[in-house]
Amino acid sequence: MLIVFFPLIVLFIVAPAFAEDISLHGFVQGNYSARVTGDRPPESKGGDLVWADERVQLKIDGGIKAFRFFTKTDLIGEHINENADVEFREAYVDYASKSWDMRLGKQMFTWGVGDLIFINDVFPKDYEAFFSGRPMEYLKRGVDAVKVGLYPKVTSIELVAIPFFKSNNYPKTDRFIMYDSMPNVRERSEKEPNPRVKNTEYAVRIYRDILGMDAALYVYRGFHRKPAMMVDNPDSPRYITYFYPRLSVYGFSLQGRMLEGILSLEGGYYDSKEDRAGKNSMVPNSQTRGLVGYNRQLWEDFTIGIQYYGEYMHRYTEYKGSLSTGSPRDKRLKQLATLRLTQFLKYQTIKLSLFTFYSPSDKDYMINPEFKYSLSDHVWFAVGGNVFGGGKPHTEFGQLNKDDNIYTVVRYEF
Amino acid sequence: MIRYLIVLLIMLLPFEAFALTAEEVMKKSQAAFLYQGKDFKARVMMKLISKGGAERIRELTMLRKNYGDVGGDQKYFIYFFQPADVRDMTFMVYKYPAKDDDRWLFVPAINMVRRIAAQDKRSSFVGSDFTYEDVSGRDIEDDTHAIVKEERLGARDCYVVKSTPKAGDVDYSYKISWIDKTNFLPLKEEYYDRKGELYKVFTADEIKDVKGFPTVTKRTMKNLQSGHRTEVTYTKANYNIGLPDDAFTERYLRKPERRWID
Repeated sequence: MLIVFFPLIVLFIVAPAFAEDISLHGFVQGNYSARVTGDRPPESKGGDLVWADERVQLKIDGGIKAFRFFTKTDLIGEHINENADVEFREAYVDYASKSWDMRLGKQMFTWGVGDLIFINDVFPKDYEAFFSGRPMEYLKRGVDAVKVGLYPKVTSIELVAIPFFKSNNYPKTDRFIMYDSMPNVRERSEKEPNPRVKNTEYAVRIYRDILGMDAALYVYRGFHRKPAMMVDNPDSPRYITYFYPRLSVYGFSLQGRMLEGILSLEGGYYDSKEDRAGKNSMVPNSQTRGLVGYNRQLWEDFTIGIQYYGEYMHRYTEYKGSLSTGSPRDKRLKQLATLRLTQFLKYQTIKLSLFTFYSPSDKDYMINPEFKYSLSDHVWFAVGGNVFGGGKPHTEFGQLNKDDNIYTVVRYEF
Repeated sequence: MIRYLIVLLIMLLPFEAFALTAEEVMKKSQAAFLYQGKDFKARVMMKLISKGGAERIRELTMLRKNYGDVGGDQKYFIYFFQPADVRDMTFMVYKYPAKDDDRWLFVPAINMVRRIAAQDKRSSFVGSDFTYEDVSGRDIEDDTHAIVKEERLGARDCYVVKSTPKAGDVDYSYKISWIDKTNFLPLKEEYYDRKGELYKVFTADEIKDVKGFPTVTKRTMKNLQSGHRTEVTYTKANYNIGLPDDAFTERYLRKPERRWID
């Protein structure tokens, strides 16, 4: 890792001295959220607090001829674990020529056309941040990667290589009350794919305009970012190992104007390579995922967005057969519907928004209303809530039933 | 003899001018105001000023390229400098005269490009008193036009044109425009609401010559009913800078070239 990124670090120290133009921006932010159910997770350190931090983000941007560099660093004071920390959210160098470009370093990717539903966006996410009422940008985790863009006449191509695996971050029991299928097994460890050449992840996006629609094809070769669970002895488990099975994804997306709004379509085949037969209950089966979305402005500064998402499990009979008695069973077709309403007021200084997930198959939901007000060009604050419920104790939102929280963000930007 | 000819010509001039129909005046005005040059670039400073005097700033670079004739397709690219929470955001519009625009927004915080719903061209542009249509133009065919009179506005001779929207889904019932007879720039526009009361006024406050094109470099839109107004200043305005087609693509939406936005 150091071999690749040490030169980058040197560059960031040296580059500003030679940069033709350099800019410094960022923000100071306080972000707090509290559980309102009165319940507390077993390993809680913060009591009712789900999240509490102050941070300063510094963004430095500059250029030297065909090269540009960018760093985004958060200096954090965190209250639940009483930590002070530095987080390098992004740090990369860009090179651009007429027909191709390259980005090397820690960076973020957002692919696909879903609104908070990701099929071909296989890059690491932070769902703990999302469920805690942190600003949207913290849903995305930066990854150390090389991205090459090619721009021949007929199409555009993005090639991404990620040498160091990074998983999704899910809510944990120090902040959230979660479902645990084996609460008595205390010994647990996690095994991430080693940074070896054969474990390098590759992602490709090929995109162009087709009849006024934005069309894209995607290929990914890497790993599930949600861990699978392996136990030492299925009959009397004493030790759990979390690991990340191999995964390939092949997909497409389309987005364009239709019926006086924006129509979005996305699909993908999840090839779960370590359980193609579907007989290993610990590794997810292969799936076909699809999404249709529609977005429309109904009146000035008011938009509505709806989505329907389906996740179809292949080899379902084998999956059912592999489950041990009593363990929760996923549906063959998991469905999710979303609704987003956004209204701006007072010359767009006030934003009222509502986002909801509802699963017709699992019968669980998440509701996120938010009020955001820009006091000036530099200061804004937001207050909102996350309400979870329905379904069963093990379903995605149902298990967060006791984690309803309210949050606030205050930010000074410069 | 020549003297008589000149006198004759001068006598004919107003009649010549009157020969222009209201549609032709508006078309010439559109050409002068929104379609000059092959392409255009400006650094735009918008001041949003509330009734109480509180100011908010929107600073951006706007690029525009024409495709086809006056009144035809255009592409716009906008890069935001201020306020801080939208810095580095970019916004791209493919404008078509007879149908809805295509609009894309790039959100740098999560490196995401999104299409945005755009069927209402009368929506406020970035929270200002200007609408999208005020920035990129309104189709001449969407209104019926009539020259109501000719008069001087300050030192300039103007056509005064009344434009009435054909459809009822517009926020004003009619608009009166003062169009400069010489350069065809709109010097003033008055918007009347459904009750026939004046509610918005546009004024061209400064006109400069840029590469031979008279250009409105300062303008104001004032909402008389709310007391809110937006003052816009163009700096670094320039025409025919040779903007390539691919400046208006996703590649540069995500990573604009400095030479076009600075």
